[in-house]
Amino acid sequence: MIAPDTAGRGVGGDPVPAGALPARLDADGIGWGVAGVRILAGVALTAEPGATVGLLGPNGSGKSSLLRLLAGLARPESGRVLLDDVAVDAIPRRALARRIAVVTQQVATDVEMSALEVVLLGRTPYRPRLAGVGAADLELARRALAEAGLAGFEQRRWSSLSGGERQRVDLARALVQEPDLLLLDEPTNHLDIRHQLDLLRFLAESASTVVVTLHDLNLAAQYCDRLVLLYGGRVVAAGTPVEVLTTSRIEQVYQVRTDVDIAADGRPRIWYRSHAT
Amino acid sequence: MNPRVARSLVSASGPPGSTRRDSPPATGISRNGRYVLPLALLLLLVTIAAAVSVGSADLPVDSVLRAVADHVGFPVQPLPALPDSIVWDLRLPRVLLAALVGAGLAVCGAVLQALTRNPLADPFLLGVSSGASTGAVAVLVLGIRIGAGPVDLTTGAFVGSMAAFGAVLLLAGRRAGEPTRIVLAGVAVSQLFSAVTSLIVISDAHTQDTRSVTFWLLGSLTAASWPSVTLSAVVVGVGLLVCWASASALDAFAFGTDTARSLGFSPGRTRVLLFTVTALMAAALVAASGAIGFVGLTVPHAVRFLFGSGHRMLLPACAVIGATFLIWADTVARTVFSPQELPVGVLTALLGVPVFALVMRRRTGTP
Repeated sequence: MIAPDTAGRGVGGDPVPAGALPARLDADGIGWGVAGVRILAGVALTAEPGATVGLLGPNGSGKSSLLRLLAGLARPESGRVLLDDVAVDAIPRRALARRIAVVTQQVATDVEMSALEVVLLGRTPYRPRLAGVGAADLELARRALAEAGLAGFEQRRWSSLSGGERQRVDLARALVQEPDLLLLDEPTNHLDIRHQLDLLRFLAESASTVVVTLHDLNLAAQYCDRLVLLYGGRVVAAGTPVEVLTTSRIEQVYQVRTDVDIAADGRPRIWYRSHAT
Repeated sequence: MNPRVARSLVSASGPPGSTRRDSPPATGISRNGRYVLPLALLLLLVTIAAAVSVGSADLPVDSVLRAVADHVGFPVQPLPALPDSIVWDLRLPRVLLAALVGAGLAVCGAVLQALTRNPLADPFLLGVSSGASTGAVAVLVLGIRIGAGPVDLTTGAFVGSMAAFGAVLLLAGRRAGEPTRIVLAGVAVSQLFSAVTSLIVISDAHTQDTRSVTFWLLGSLTAASWPSVTLSAVVVGVGLLVCWASASALDAFAFGTDTARSLGFSPGRTRVLLFTVTALMAAALVAASGAIGFVGLTVPHAVRFLFGSGHRMLLPACAVIGATFLIWADTVARTVFSPQELPVGVLTALLGVPVFALVMRRRTGTP
């Protein structure tokens, strides 16, 4: 098996896991609305196998809705979503759950489950309906928690975790699904800056294909291979960070004036001008 | 093993321990079950034996065991006819029915609370109990007959429950899988059937009928018999199995419909299936014993407090502890004011509210 690495990634020479091939994602002509309000129109998005694609756009631009459609959680009114050239809505739910994992924005819940039990939910697509949790699943969940920086948190109740800890437990839950495609909706919410950087580095190095919605333009510029900029439910720009994040386009979409430098690593850096000037 | 998991999410340069707030307390909520559940099961067996021996004629536990062994077919010295009849025909069916009703209601409550993500959900959420009372009152007061014989109370109650649940599904319409919709429909239908019940009672008020209806509505296990035990056992057994098979889905629902779906579950279909199964269970149990309140509401909260809310452990634990709780409640109900008998529903409410308050106070959950 060959790791479809892009430049600058896979520095550590990590092996590609058996049975987990990064998927190619193609979405085309996506249209969607709720109660007569058009939310997405003619949206196209492609993620090469193993790539990390950042989804940007102001509040209400349709990022979360697009992510739900890409995940197969809702069916688009028009257009299609293909996972390795197979329509997502033609894949049975359980099989899909072994290929796509989703980290949604947090749902308020006061469930009395331990962190380990929550992570183990990620193994249910692999388990026969009445089977108990196996030793291998348990080991995988423990390691995922440890790698999310939550070693020793196995028996902590969900209700006693902070927002950032819950976010990382949820990520560990998605990872044990061993997804070919990982979709994350504003995963940096609740995380302090160090955990934001850790998370994005992790996503960039991850072997699976990643589509992630982000608000921080500089984080997106630094860690994503490609960016897709949404505005009013349409794609206004798609390409490498340098192609997408230009002064004029940021002003058009966010109504914010900026200066954009290109750093030594070839990535854009955005400097915000204060409103007064 | 997945190397993607192995790749660290935490930078190696980060100070060790900075990701940990403090050393976490070993709550071990999921591990509790491994030791407590067999213990609870043992307590249930002891409870059954003790409850059968207690009553207006006290019988020692060894006579109880002898009578049971005799009927099951072991070669033991049989009891004299009267005590034997008290054990086998009166008390044992009643205690077993209490166990089954308690188990079934607690499981229904736990499942409905998870499905609707509403801590106040109980087995009678979907109109089952008001439908049952309408059916029972209609039979009792109006004397409805089918063919030659009069319809009995149990059948009337069951038909009423099913009519109410049918009305709920009809009102909720095609999107019955959405919890808010079905809960609202349940509230509306409950009100409707309560109104109809009152109307029937007022239109034809024989005080004697009304009193026996009231007693039955509050819940009572006096009508226990072997056929009702057998029927309840089948219903509770099958119902528990179906709910238990959906344990992982119920866990996932706590994190919202999208998460459940992304984990490979079909939330709409699962909800409709489990709403139907719990309605059938509750209807059968209400038909056997009336609407015994608070068991289905309180026991799941108390059990969640002990075992956590993972449903693989929670549902069997609810069954065992719900059964034990209702046996004790019924034993007290029939002995304390002997020979007068309290409706067991009054007692479950009296015991249930303090338990509920205690659980609420000690809950560590976020507001």
